[in-house]
Amino acid sequence: MAQQESGQGGVSPARMAGYLAAAIAFAVFGLVLAQLERVSGSAILFDLDWAPSLGIGFSFLLDPLALVFAALISGIGGLIFIYATGYMGGHPQFGRFVLFLFLFMLSMLGLVLARDLITLFVFWELTSLTSYLLIGFAHDDPRARRNALQAMLVTASGGLALLAGFILIGTAAGSYDLAVILQGGGLQQSPLYGAILVLVLLGAFTKSAQIPFHFWLPNAMAAPTPVSAYLHSATMVKAGVYLLARLHPLLSGTDGWEVSLTLAGGVTALFASVIALRQRDLKQMLAWTTLMALGVLVLMLAQDTAAALTAAIAFLIIHALYKAALFMVVGAVDHATGTRDVRALRGLRRGMPLTAVLALLAAGSMAGLPPFSGWIGKELLYTGAIPLLVPLLLVSNALIFAVAGGVALRPFFGPPPGDLPSGALPSGALPHEPGWQLLLGPLLLGGAGLLFGLMPGLLQPLLDAVLRGFGLDHAAGLHLWAGGSLPLVLSLATFALGSLLFLAAPRLRAQGEGPRLADRLWDRLLEVFAAIAAWQTRVIQSGRLSRYLVISFTTLALVLGVTLAARRPALAIQPDAPLSLWLIAAFTIGGAGLALTPHSRIANIAGIGTVGIGVALIFLIFGAPDVAMTQLMVESLAAVLFGIALLRLPGLSERRSPGRRALHWLISGAAGLAVTLLLLAITAHPPDRQLATWFEENAFTRAHGLNIVNVILVDFRAFDTFGELTVVLLAAIGASALLKRRIGGARR
Amino acid sequence: METLIALLAGALTTAGIWLMLSGHLLRFLFGLMLISNAVNLAIFTAGRLSMGRPPLLEPGGAPAPEMANALPQALLLTAIVIGFGLFAFALALTIRAFRAFGHLEVDRMRLAEPEPAEPELAGPELARPEKPAGAM
Amino acid sequence: MRSPILGLGARFLLPLFLISSLYILLRGHNAPGGGFIGGLIAALGFAILIFAEGTAAARRALKIEPRNLGGIGLLCALLAGFGAAPSGGAPFQGLWLALPVLPLSTVLLFDIGVYFAVLGGVLTLIFALEEGGDA
Repeated sequence: MAQQESGQGGVSPARMAGYLAAAIAFAVFGLVLAQLERVSGSAILFDLDWAPSLGIGFSFLLDPLALVFAALISGIGGLIFIYATGYMGGHPQFGRFVLFLFLFMLSMLGLVLARDLITLFVFWELTSLTSYLLIGFAHDDPRARRNALQAMLVTASGGLALLAGFILIGTAAGSYDLAVILQGGGLQQSPLYGAILVLVLLGAFTKSAQIPFHFWLPNAMAAPTPVSAYLHSATMVKAGVYLLARLHPLLSGTDGWEVSLTLAGGVTALFASVIALRQRDLKQMLAWTTLMALGVLVLMLAQDTAAALTAAIAFLIIHALYKAALFMVVGAVDHATGTRDVRALRGLRRGMPLTAVLALLAAGSMAGLPPFSGWIGKELLYTGAIPLLVPLLLVSNALIFAVAGGVALRPFFGPPPGDLPSGALPSGALPHEPGWQLLLGPLLLGGAGLLFGLMPGLLQPLLDAVLRGFGLDHAAGLHLWAGGSLPLVLSLATFALGSLLFLAAPRLRAQGEGPRLADRLWDRLLEVFAAIAAWQTRVIQSGRLSRYLVISFTTLALVLGVTLAARRPALAIQPDAPLSLWLIAAFTIGGAGLALTPHSRIANIAGIGTVGIGVALIFLIFGAPDVAMTQLMVESLAAVLFGIALLRLPGLSERRSPGRRALHWLISGAAGLAVTLLLLAITAHPPDRQLATWFEENAFTRAHGLNIVNVILVDFRAFDTFGELTVVLLAAIGASALLKRRIGGARR
Repeated sequence: METLIALLAGALTTAGIWLMLSGHLLRFLFGLMLISNAVNLAIFTAGRLSMGRPPLLEPGGAPAPEMANALPQALLLTAIVIGFGLFAFALALTIRAFRAFGHLEVDRMRLAEPEPAEPELAGPELARPEKPAGAM
Repeated sequence: MRSPILGLGARFLLPLFLISSLYILLRGHNAPGGGFIGGLIAALGFAILIFAEGTAAARRALKIEPRNLGGIGLLCALLAGFGAAPSGGAPFQGLWLALPVLPLSTVLLFDIGVYFAVLGGVLTLIFALEEGGDA
């Protein structure tokens, strides 16, 4: 590799790019937060026409909900860029990595700021695409490629459903403009509501990895850790949640909405937290708890009470803070020890005390301990949940509590680390603390998690503003100490159950990580697809040019023939024509006949030339001198080219069997007859001279030319002509490249 | 008049397609020339025929009485040149094919899509053997 | 198999073809003609020279790689297309200098671009077939 670590001498350009991207992200973060006051009143709108005829605009809006997401995306994004620069700045392709990550950040920002549904969709798919590039960043690893493809196929097919849903929303609401749609009130009464709901939920559930579409997310951990921390915990997977929150005023409140979100969210939360506890890889543990968090968020969005929605938005922020921090810590551990296996790691605090503290800081929030913000989040969840779901939440939270312990306690505490399976450290040596870039993110994010826990009032205005967007007066209150209420009892029960689970976790892990049923089913599905594709290719694409041509021309004849037979248009038949025209026609037909003979190439070329001249004469007779001249020139040049080429090409042969020849005559005769009939049908109508008249009237007054044909070519339709010139030149260059390249001896 | 030209266009189409189906690349090219002439005639005829008056305005810009339709003519002019480009490219391809294969029978040219010996199943990417990584 | 008569004829014919092609090009806006036809006529002139004297002679007469000639033509057309842009015109909007005798315009530049693009394209093809055919 050409590009190596630049050592102590300076910062490599790729690292500079990393820091620059971080600076831009922080600038965006500052800009977005500065708008907080303004957007609390009314949303900021920004517009650019895109396809006005379709009512689609390239437009954006910044309201409190968008602001929350944009702040998370840019703020965490900046920290991730710094983290990534420390984590993998020496990677030979780090520049590319920064580019992908930056593109992702822009797409994500576009997604949450989009005001137009179609714009939103475009950015939605862009996040899937950039996520694909990032998961598959280690492109020489087949697993990474496979998982990247899986993530993209799942999320992008959900995106297609979403597009259909958006179009239906546009139809039902009469606009693609979110500002207009949200003003217009809900779509719950629309006859299209059912279809809209199903399609939108398909999009949201695939993106936010709800069961049964969850399997791609744990696999996406094949990405480098900064990507996991950013895309697959804090931002991209929240896009589905964002969508649900954004369309909440439009679609919520029906049984369909409530049941499907509760079901998907509840099952995802419970299932994912159970699986999370059985994982051995720290990253996998975090991935599955992310699934649990997404499930809980969806669960909360099923309701429309202030308590539930406050819980959703608050938990969204809190989760993004601690989960990104924990991923970064795990990355630091991986960096230092070369392994992420929770069974092998212990006692790291001796070498990495700072990292250990930061892990505790974030894990405290994840476990929901006071005084971390996670505590408040958990209380809010218990308050907001419908009673039926409280036991489910209790179990999930207890499991998450245990996982938090697994992530933050097991690797760092206990006896000193022994020999690591990775062999990254010499026997008996202690791992070293990572560089500042790897610690800054966990420090700030964990610190924020603690700060919001101690001073929940900081978040209150933001949440109030967001909740107003849902049509509510204000958010539920955020308090560190909410009094001795039921949620408090539930929290204590969570801790008790969680501690038990934490102690039982090693035994659970020993039983294996659990089956990956959906993942395997997915592979089967792909295999079926591939088999269908192969079968279809075998059937349709025989690889024989002559068969393709037969199919194409038969189709042509059939399409024209069936249309003519069905419509039975009037045909204009006036066989009267001057003698000269009859002569020219006979002359041309004679040329065509000469071109058909299989015996002499010279005769063929002469025949084709005759046809060309005959056609040119027809152009001339009917008042088209320009076309006639062009035709003559082209015929002459074609004769020249044929002349040159014939020296190098072999003679002709007619190898078709009589039967095949008859079939070909039938096909070509039918196609020719169809063309004739079509022309007769067209000319039976009175001509539409609207355009011709316009050109006649304007050629001189507007374009100062008397030759209308030339004026059309070089003035009225000059852009088309330009395109055609490009085509001609490209064809010429292509042909010359074809002939100049030496052949690689592929003789068959 | 239109009827006669329509018949002519149909006849040229028939001849062109018959040649294109012949399975011989050179004859395919001949057919291509014929069929593009047929299509040009068809476009021209669809714009209606009128004897003799080219679409040129009188000096000063007044439309001459009963001019031919200028629009199809403009279309045709570029179509002819583009058709020539297509034809020349196809001719170059033919020469190249002859150099590579030593013959011009299209059905015997199976370099890109070999005759499947047995039905091959293209599995998903994971099923394929991987090249050794890191050979950069 | 060079014929001296054909060679001599071609040497005389080429200027004739070129002059008439230019004439056709320039009058094209008001009478039958224009860049397409002009370019094809000029190409035919060179084709005759190639037949008579071979590509080397044609290259000498042309003095410039035909591919580049086509590129220049395309560039002219593009320039003409944005000629009206500084004065706020749309792309490919015509711009006319109000000279009574000599009607200079971006439209004329465009037609000249067409002429060179067609000439360059066709000559690229002929040269390629003639030179590359034996490789």
